[in-house]
Amino acid sequence: MSRISVQEQDFDVGQELHAICDGRTDIGATVTFVGLVRDMNLDDSVSGMALQHYPGMTEKALHKIVNEASQRWEVQDATVIHRVGELIPSDQIVLVCIASSHRHDAFEACSFIMDYLKTRAPFWKKEMLKDGSSRWIDARESDDHAAGRWEK
Amino acid sequence: MAKILYFARLGEQLKASSEELSLDDMNTVRQLVDHLQDRGEPWSSEFESGRVLVAVNQEMSDFDSAVSDNDEIAFFPPVTGG
Repeated sequence: MSRISVQEQDFDVGQELHAICDGRTDIGATVTFVGLVRDMNLDDSVSGMALQHYPGMTEKALHKIVNEASQRWEVQDATVIHRVGELIPSDQIVLVCIASSHRHDAFEACSFIMDYLKTRAPFWKKEMLKDGSSRWIDARESDDHAAGRWEK
Repeated sequence: MAKILYFARLGEQLKASSEELSLDDMNTVRQLVDHLQDRGEPWSSEFESGRVLVAVNQEMSDFDSAVSDNDEIAFFPPVTGG
């Protein structure tokens, strides 16, 4: 039921939202999260970023995270798209779209998937700075805390 | 032969993205890591950092996990997607 995609090309949020609801009458709520490339990080101007991933494992990890969300909340359908390759500020990086009977389940499932994606799916960001240098982004403790709040 | 993969900053530091390796009498991830560290720098310090994660056959694992030839074993830094 869920759609998972790791891709270089951009996505159309409206199209994805339409696809997840099309022809269904059992959906009462959708929640959509879109992550974008920001032009500032750690007080430095960012000119672009390169996203690396682990082909094969990434898709498996995302399926596992969506399945776990579906076991915890009522999730009628879910779409997760994560872009890889070269991106510039304002580009869309990630989409999580949840369709559910009820808004509470949709909000919770969407939030859970993003928190787990940030700590468990094998993606790595490398930032290009305006001064021409580049650096791998370090994992953040705040992301571990965010994911930790879902532990039972 | 096992397939060993290195990603992101770790791969850059090691100047390696993948290799085929015969595991011989290595039975756990830790034994494989010991073997890799015996190559000297930068291998010894990169794996010493304590910030290296491992996946065996594309499942998150740990240094006590069992490994054998034909496995795909990937090493990488903590993830930063989203």
